[in-house]
Amino acid sequence: MRFIDEFRDGELARGLAAAIRQAARTDRDYAFMEFCGGHTHAIARYGVADLLPPSVHLIHGPGCPVCVLPIGRIDMAIRLAIDAGVTLCSYGDPMRVPASDGLSLIKAKATLGRGGRAGAAAGSATAGGEIRMLYSPADALALAQQHPERQVVFFAIGFETTTPPTALLIKQAQALDLRNFSVLCCHVLTPSAIASILESPEVRRWGTLALDGFIGPAHVSTIIGTRPYVFFAEEYRKPVVIAGFEPLDVMQAILMLIKQVNAGQALVENEFSRAVSRDGNRKAQQLVSEVFELRRSFAWRGLGELPYSALRIRREFADFDAERRFGVGYQPVEDHPACECGAVLRGVKRPQDCRIFGSVCTPENPVGSCMVSSEGACAAHYSFGRFVDAGDGAVTCAAPGLAVTP
Amino acid sequence: MNGVRKGYVRPLDLRHGAVDMTHGSGGRAMAQLIEELFAKHLGNDFLGQRNDGAVMPLPRGRLVMSTDGHVVSPLFFPGGDIGCLSVNGTINDVAVLGATPLYLAAGFILEEGLPLADLVRIVESMARAASEAGVPVVTGDTKVVQKGAGDGVYITTTGVGVVADGEDFSGDRARPGDQIIVSGSIGEHGMAIMAQRESLGFAAPIVSDTAALHGLIAAMRASGAAIRALRDPTRGGVATTLNEIAGQSGVGMMLQESALPVQAEVAAACEFLGLDPLYVANEGKLLAIVAAEDVDKLLAAMRAHPLGQRAAMIGSVHADAHHFVQMTTGFGGRRIVDWLTGEQLPRIC
Repeated sequence: MRFIDEFRDGELARGLAAAIRQAARTDRDYAFMEFCGGHTHAIARYGVADLLPPSVHLIHGPGCPVCVLPIGRIDMAIRLAIDAGVTLCSYGDPMRVPASDGLSLIKAKATLGRGGRAGAAAGSATAGGEIRMLYSPADALALAQQHPERQVVFFAIGFETTTPPTALLIKQAQALDLRNFSVLCCHVLTPSAIASILESPEVRRWGTLALDGFIGPAHVSTIIGTRPYVFFAEEYRKPVVIAGFEPLDVMQAILMLIKQVNAGQALVENEFSRAVSRDGNRKAQQLVSEVFELRRSFAWRGLGELPYSALRIRREFADFDAERRFGVGYQPVEDHPACECGAVLRGVKRPQDCRIFGSVCTPENPVGSCMVSSEGACAAHYSFGRFVDAGDGAVTCAAPGLAVTP
Repeated sequence: MNGVRKGYVRPLDLRHGAVDMTHGSGGRAMAQLIEELFAKHLGNDFLGQRNDGAVMPLPRGRLVMSTDGHVVSPLFFPGGDIGCLSVNGTINDVAVLGATPLYLAAGFILEEGLPLADLVRIVESMARAASEAGVPVVTGDTKVVQKGAGDGVYITTTGVGVVADGEDFSGDRARPGDQIIVSGSIGEHGMAIMAQRESLGFAAPIVSDTAALHGLIAAMRASGAAIRALRDPTRGGVATTLNEIAGQSGVGMMLQESALPVQAEVAAACEFLGLDPLYVANEGKLLAIVAAEDVDKLLAAMRAHPLGQRAAMIGSVHADAHHFVQMTTGFGGRRIVDWLTGEQLPRIC
């Protein structure tokens, strides 16, 4: 596959691995946080960690949109379907995140599927509430057009990458004068999360979380550009290298970060120059600022209440704001007491440090959000990397045609 | 199937008509549907007995039986449809146990409103697949559900076959040192369905690989290679099937990503939709676990058969108390190839 395979080339990877080994000093360790779940997924899926010297440590960051969504937000989506009887449309990823009362969107979907018909027959007010999974937000708009008798709500989550499509959707709904379409807006902002990590006591006060630099977001940066990261490089003296989501991008970014650290630099560098510019996508930014405004505060899973860290729909588009239309408010809910998702999202703990990782909490029965999305640190480690914990790291693999000796 | 009295007022309108509730009522309309559609296309001596079941001779050996429900959406897709899929899928389930498939039974659940023209296409396709495979549909059943209670048509097929004494292909027989072979490129069925559903336009459309594999399996058995296990990696794909075998046999496996045969279009579509071909369904491929010394012999036999031309060795079996299926990535790292979690592609077969 052209333009894909080039960024997954094993020989180039070996060359980069050699360069990293050569660049890494032997008298110190390096700890870099990959902010994005996309990077976490690529690192696990391609086994990038296997190619790094032991002195280079990768810390998973909070950049997984599903992971940072607090339980109370999922509850809002479920309540809209069950209590307000709307057709709630969601991306696939949030569907399995555990919510209150033993529910998740997928469990609520199953119950509604059964009760919906019975409810309709009984003429109850909640008749017809349903939950649908979709691939594209545009499908939600189409659904609203096809079913004028139903209230359709799009559960909008994600960082800056998914925000412009939601903005476009709201603009389109306005242009079409759709009265039965609205958005439950849970869009969050990357720079706030990075600032929260850097301001956390583990980094700032206690120094228990060593952090030498960031592998900066790929897709998010195509929208916001490289400028928002300059503050972190300058104010906190942490180098940031913006990198694509292919495994060679990640390796290259690690090499660039090591070189900066060795030289005592803290710059914003752009490894992903094939897609990211200094100013980002101005048109998308304008669209977003036209439709959304900053929330005064937003609760994140793991990071807590962060000021000005998320977006809400502007008053001019209030008709399309599901929170206003249906009067649903956010109710904070405590995470499961044994779940370490919060610490994992802050980079303070590794997935395997959680007591319930892989035993009580698995992708089939997730307790916390990080075990749900394929971009979540726990799911990535469980699905791709847990052989490392099993201590059979010595299994070497022979070329095809040769038996493997364990 | 009940006997049918002659003398209908009008023949079925197979061009413009649709299934209605009377076609499942047990009355004359149902008898007419069976006569003019099912019996006409699927006809054979056993079906022609017109009893509620069929009486068939059975060769020596042990009886193998398998059943499979088919709910694929859309009903028609590049490379096939629910009809041939329901025949091939069940033949394969019988054949991978080393058996010669002999007979099929088919149960239809039709949704009120299904165009009869669609049903004709489906039954014709079943008849063609059964005839090509040499495995007749000997008995069947038809039910009709109200509009909205089904999705066009669901087909359940049951297959029986016989396996000779001493031939034991089973998922619990993989041993350290054995090698893993796949009969061809993977992920085509699932991506054909997905590309159609998502309206992904490719210059050359991805075509489902649906095929009956008993001929290929017969050639593999005739090669004399020490085959431990055969399985068709349908739902959940190669990854899920290998995890099943690793668990059953209590072993680990190591795959080579670079050795996996994947068509360029399938790889591109997977990339686009964020899917992994290892988890995408196949309907005309098999995985074989074979003794290391017989790999060449088995590969030669497979590649000489039209359905095994792209057969490839993709990995090997080793001792591992955790029963992990792992893979050396093309990138040079290593990862687990885990069970499929949740539902990657709903209703693909």
